Amino acid sequence: MLEIRDLHVTFTTTGKEAVKGIDLTIQPGERVGLVGESGSGKTVTAMTLSGLIERSIVQLSGQVLLDGRDILHCSRSELRQVHGREIGMVFQEPMTSLNPLMRVGEQIEETLRIHTHRTAAQRKALALEAMAQVGLPDPETTYYKYPHQLSGGQRQRAIIASAMIILPKLLICDEPTTALDVTVQQQILELLRRLSEEYHVAVLLISHDMTVVRRLCENVAVMYRGRIVERGRTEDIFRHPQDEYTRRLIAAIPTRKRHDATGKDN
Amino acid sequence: MIDTHNKTFRAGAVITGVMLAIILVGLVWTPYDPNAMNGAAKMASPSFAHLLGTDNFGRDIFSRVVQGAGATFLIAAVSVAAGLVIGVVLGGLTGWYGGWVDELLMRLNDTLTAFPSILLALVLIAIFGSGKYNIIFALGLLFVPTFARIVRMEVAKQKELDYVRSAQLMGVGSMRILFVHILPNIVPVLLSTIAISFNNAVLAEASMSYLGVGVQPPDPSLGRMLNEAQSYLLSAPWYALSSGGAIVLLVLGFGLLSEGLGGETDA
Amino acid sequence: MGTIAKKTGTLLLTLLLVSAMAFLAFQVIPGDPVTKILGTDYTPERAATLRHELGLEGDISARYLRWLAGFVTGDFGISYSYMKPVGQVMEGKLAVTAALSVLSWLLVLLFSIPLGVALARYHKGVFARAAATVNQVFMAVPPFFIGILFTYLFGLVLKWFVPGKFVPFSQSFWGCLGYLFFPALAIAIPKAAKTARLLVSSIMGEMQKDYVRTAYSRGNSRWMVIRTHVLRNALLPVVTYLAMSLADIVAGSIIVEQVFVVPGIGRLLVASIAARDFPVALTIVVIIAALVVFMNYAADLVTQFIDPRVRLS
Repeated sequence: MLEIRDLHVTFTTTGKEAVKGIDLTIQPGERVGLVGESGSGKTVTAMTLSGLIERSIVQLSGQVLLDGRDILHCSRSELRQVHGREIGMVFQEPMTSLNPLMRVGEQIEETLRIHTHRTAAQRKALALEAMAQVGLPDPETTYYKYPHQLSGGQRQRAIIASAMIILPKLLICDEPTTALDVTVQQQILELLRRLSEEYHVAVLLISHDMTVVRRLCENVAVMYRGRIVERGRTEDIFRHPQDEYTRRLIAAIPTRKRHDATGKDN
Repeated sequence: MIDTHNKTFRAGAVITGVMLAIILVGLVWTPYDPNAMNGAAKMASPSFAHLLGTDNFGRDIFSRVVQGAGATFLIAAVSVAAGLVIGVVLGGLTGWYGGWVDELLMRLNDTLTAFPSILLALVLIAIFGSGKYNIIFALGLLFVPTFARIVRMEVAKQKELDYVRSAQLMGVGSMRILFVHILPNIVPVLLSTIAISFNNAVLAEASMSYLGVGVQPPDPSLGRMLNEAQSYLLSAPWYALSSGGAIVLLVLGFGLLSEGLGGETDA
Repeated sequence: MGTIAKKTGTLLLTLLLVSAMAFLAFQVIPGDPVTKILGTDYTPERAATLRHELGLEGDISARYLRWLAGFVTGDFGISYSYMKPVGQVMEGKLAVTAALSVLSWLLVLLFSIPLGVALARYHKGVFARAAATVNQVFMAVPPFFIGILFTYLFGLVLKWFVPGKFVPFSQSFWGCLGYLFFPALAIAIPKAAKTARLLVSSIMGEMQKDYVRTAYSRGNSRWMVIRTHVLRNALLPVVTYLAMSLADIVAGSIIVEQVFVVPGIGRLLVASIAARDFPVALTIVVIIAALVVFMNYAADLVTQFIDPRVRLS
């Protein structure tokens, strides 16, 4: 469904090549983790795939095919059809990723307003349903709240609801749990997993944390300095890392957390 | 430390530079004596002989504008400098020592901001009378709170930083820390405030001189020239245009400089 | 509710301080008005009577309290020049200045917001860049100079109005408004340019925020992002600025009234300062300063009201 072929991303401002030729394929409904430390190029990759990268500051080469359509070379208006409808996004900072002056419900149903012709009443009904799906308490009230009245976890749920309301083919999650505390992290990952399975939505999870990837994704690609150094089934790589960098990445996880992650999986 | 390479800053530097050059040359040489009357060439339109034409007494407007701009510039510069020096010392000391004097001065400061600068200047003129020196005095006094407030805030902030603490531990005296160590770090913040204050001074001086309560004859001033020019708008519109244009260029130059320095442009 | 009460308390205290400071300022002026007014008619008895009439008896704190009590009840004292109550001297003039200022403020509102939004929307276009440069120049033009240019262009050349021939309300409402239009525009132009500039930088600042990226990720175009998401955030500081600029506009009208010979309190203030008619000057200064303080207070409240983060928490 999504196919990345020899993608290069170079910043024209600094001349730095952030992504140095990566290939990656995501099948419908597949959950893939892209893991690496900050500066490894994983976020740049995610922004490029989603077409959200500011084209004027980068030079792109290669192909990013979404069902055969090249995202790197389509027009802005074509890109807008992709955004929200085919690719949904969840970002790292739930505290700032919602518009502080817009009611939560309005933001959740915005994708519908942009991409469909549904009436306000229909949109609201769908939004309430999505809010219930992501586990937001009391949707009817929460719909009219402003982001600052929600907790971090709730805001992330709202963002997930807004990204999932139209059921995209691919959900790109850029460090979706990094800013949350541990128990909420687990809940959000669980939610993403459930939604992905239930609605057959593919997920690309960007993270620096192997344990997070392991909880959600069956497959993983490890990025280091703009290249993918290792890829395969998450379990295999976790147990038998081949690459030196992957080994260090796994060794960096505190032992207790490693056991936690392997432990329960409900 | 300061990004001086952006376009806004450069545009401001060019305009201000040209104005300053003309003013400086004007101190020693102008095409005509600014006050020399010429009955044969009253209200002459701009020509090669008189670049910006002549006024109702046949005086060369270009020479008068150069002289007026110089006077306005000088009044603004001196009053800002006076306000700056007093404001820095006052703000530095109150920011460093804090206490009730600090409290009191800041209250006073808050109250003073309730008066628009032109209004405050008018009140001070009402008290001390008009004329060049009183204008400088009034405007200088006006700028003291502005600078004091900024310096006080910055000093209070820097006071907590490591380099100040270590200087204190090494036994460096308070005054030395304040004025030798801290002050240079505040300069970038001060620069854009200086530019804005300069503009406020130019506008206030021009306004008051235009109203007739500022600079008095025979001292030259752009505002006073505008006032005169208004009576001859129909016969000599270039008179008003040149003296007003000079004010615009002065203000525009410093406004761009301030914005280029990352400050605000509001007067 | 607690914060509003507290802010109102601060407002009253500031008003008191401002009035005290203005009163004090006019007291340090050397010379005795009584001696000056009476001139050669001076006798100790007359002086005492006049001193009583002008409220100049007692020490400074007593005079201040008496003046303040009068001020809040609409008794502003006696004008030295006209030997009439200040209220009578100001009659009608306050309304003229108020009309001029409000008209000017509306013009600022009318121009600045669409202009700022357009400049931000097309910020990379050639036309918008040129307009931004022109805007930069407009910010630097003093209102009284614009006024003089208007007098020349619209008054003398095009003859759309007769400079110096003010049309009073009582004579013709629209005629009056028509005359006030040009001075109002002269005051409004630099202010609108500054407001537009503020709005542009406010929008540009908001465009860097995370929620804008989220909005893009839903398929919004740049214009839709600006219109539905950014503008409401970017307008918050502008609303505060606009509320506070009404006071600036009143101050600006002091000079522009002179240019267009508009009989408002600005012209009266300048005349009273030139004539050393301090009761009149003091009254006008305090009215304008009180307006500034009050508008700051109003701006604060308005922001509270429109920002849900402050309103609801």
